[in-house]
Amino acid sequence: MKRRLERILAAWSARNREFVRDRSAMAWNFLFPILVVVGFAYAFSGGEQSLFKVGVLLPADRTLEQLRPTEPFLTTPQIQWVAIPGTEEPQARRQVARHGYDLLWSSSRYWVNPTSPKGQIVEKLLLASTPALPREPIQGEPIRYVDWLISGLLAMNMMFSALFGVGYTIVRYRKTGVLKRLKATPLTAAEFLIAQMASRLVLLVSVSTIVYAGSHALIRFRMQGSYLDLAVVLVLGALCLIALGLLVAARISSEEFAGGLLNLLSWPMIFLSGVWFSLDGAHPWVRAVAQVFPLTHVIDAARAIMTEGATLAQVSPQLWTLGALTAVFVALGAWSFRWE
Amino acid sequence: MPTPQLEARDLHKRFGRPGPAQVHAVRGVSLAIERGRCFGLLGPNGAGKTTTIEMLEGISAPDSGEVLFEGAPLGKLSRQHCGIQFQHTALPDYLTVREVLRFFAGLYESHAPIEELVERCRLSDFLDRDTHLLSGGQRQRVLLAVALVNRPRLLFLDEPTTGLDPQARRNFWELVREIKAAGTTVLLTTHYMEEAYELCDEIAIMDQGRIIAQGSPASLLKAHFDAVAVVLPASDYEIGAGKLSNLLSDLAPVPIREGLLEIQTTSVDRTLRAFIDAGVPLQRIRIREQTLEDLFLALTGKGLRA
Repeated sequence: MKRRLERILAAWSARNREFVRDRSAMAWNFLFPILVVVGFAYAFSGGEQSLFKVGVLLPADRTLEQLRPTEPFLTTPQIQWVAIPGTEEPQARRQVARHGYDLLWSSSRYWVNPTSPKGQIVEKLLLASTPALPREPIQGEPIRYVDWLISGLLAMNMMFSALFGVGYTIVRYRKTGVLKRLKATPLTAAEFLIAQMASRLVLLVSVSTIVYAGSHALIRFRMQGSYLDLAVVLVLGALCLIALGLLVAARISSEEFAGGLLNLLSWPMIFLSGVWFSLDGAHPWVRAVAQVFPLTHVIDAARAIMTEGATLAQVSPQLWTLGALTAVFVALGAWSFRWE
Repeated sequence: MPTPQLEARDLHKRFGRPGPAQVHAVRGVSLAIERGRCFGLLGPNGAGKTTTIEMLEGISAPDSGEVLFEGAPLGKLSRQHCGIQFQHTALPDYLTVREVLRFFAGLYESHAPIEELVERCRLSDFLDRDTHLLSGGQRQRVLLAVALVNRPRLLFLDEPTTGLDPQARRNFWELVREIKAAGTTVLLTTHYMEEAYELCDEIAIMDQGRIIAQGSPASLLKAHFDAVAVVLPASDYEIGAGKLSNLLSDLAPVPIREGLLEIQTTSVDRTLRAFIDAGVPLQRIRIREQTLEDLFLALTGKGLRA
């Protein structure tokens, strides 16, 4: 066991040194995410979007289009309508509290945040067409876009570093014969993979900490929950994404093919995992597809902790999913791994 | 009889699906390498040499047959006590020579001190240089040091001097001689017959997946050649050609290159006497012994780089 740990430590240490020496990769990993966060913070600091956003709680088996002929408010122009299944009322109400929706409408009542200026305007529009609809006020401070975005950017950066930093590196090692050379030593495949995962995990935790601290110093985003809880989510998310990188790199020896495959995985995750925009109101199949991606669960959990102050117990569904996905990726990756 | 350092028994390896397109790369190779000896595996490209050595190294598994290291199947023991210098291999990027040696040293139960490797392979001038900045000769010495990091009992050298200039090659040979002198068994593949002749105690020549000749270089040459070659310009030969056919009926000159003829003879004395009697000028005559290259061509019908 001692020898095994020494071998893992040797491989772990060599990989860390390699990363530190590769100045361009270092700069990319540390500076790029900070620049993105700061860039977006400034880009969206000039005011809110002009469009109003209203959530519509749908009764069972009804669509927004079916409601419109009998509900004149739902035909108001200049409003972005988000259809929400009735079962998701609690989440939708939280969005009203955080100014995500300017108003939440159902056929029997509506919810509005009295501290939201846009909510008050939309409420006036509503009362003009349906004056008798019961009102339920919801209190809560607004969430700026950057508060909402920061968890997505942290997770997205982790995803790129995990997939390309691990997947691409292993494929390059295989192509250039480094893996073949290592195969001839007492280092086992499991030891090699553990060393790679551990090295990248340490890197990701370091990078995420620096990016978080650097971005926070510059733009003071919201952090409602526990730092420890956030760390647990990010570590588990990092492990899951690294394991996905290992799975991709398990057999491939062409860097071009690996690059294509990694892009094929990462781009849908960027658009469908809720990095840039919420999937609330998106077509059900889009939301179903998003649940397959580990990035969705990392972002959902991190965002709930950062913006809502959620606890680990409250994000346990995401944690369990990430744990299960990690186990599947590691098992498949180790089983299919080939040195050559 | 002591257990050989490495033994291969009836190795077979095929590539591709069963059918006409399948390649039977290695067809029943058996060999035994005694401890402390340098064994050379030679063969033209496509002879099955690399496939064979990879099975001996444990990098790929044979379809049938077995490989024994000190009498035991390949596994933990062989990985712990073999050193390998592959023909094509990269070192981890962005690490210095010292860090590469430390990394590989950390993978073995016992290893040579880094200072010993540095001195033995003469690495001190570039010990703290990144590996991707090394010259070809420096790189080969680092790869050799990596192969020696665990003080191996058996060292595989797969075409270790390919691409090196003559001086770097001779320096490398000197290192290998020192390693041999320390009692390490060496298995060498090479394209250079001179290298095999200089370093190997025993060689095996492979062609079409089989070993077609095996023994010490001297014994193989003796067994296959009882003649030496007399080389002279064709124009000189023509001067006495008419008389020579009467003096030596078995003379069979073969054009080799640039107007030169080569004549195989078992009696240099008799041949030269006939040349003098026939009036052939002797100033530009050269007599050379048969080499491993000749043996190789005679056995395989191909050049080494064919």
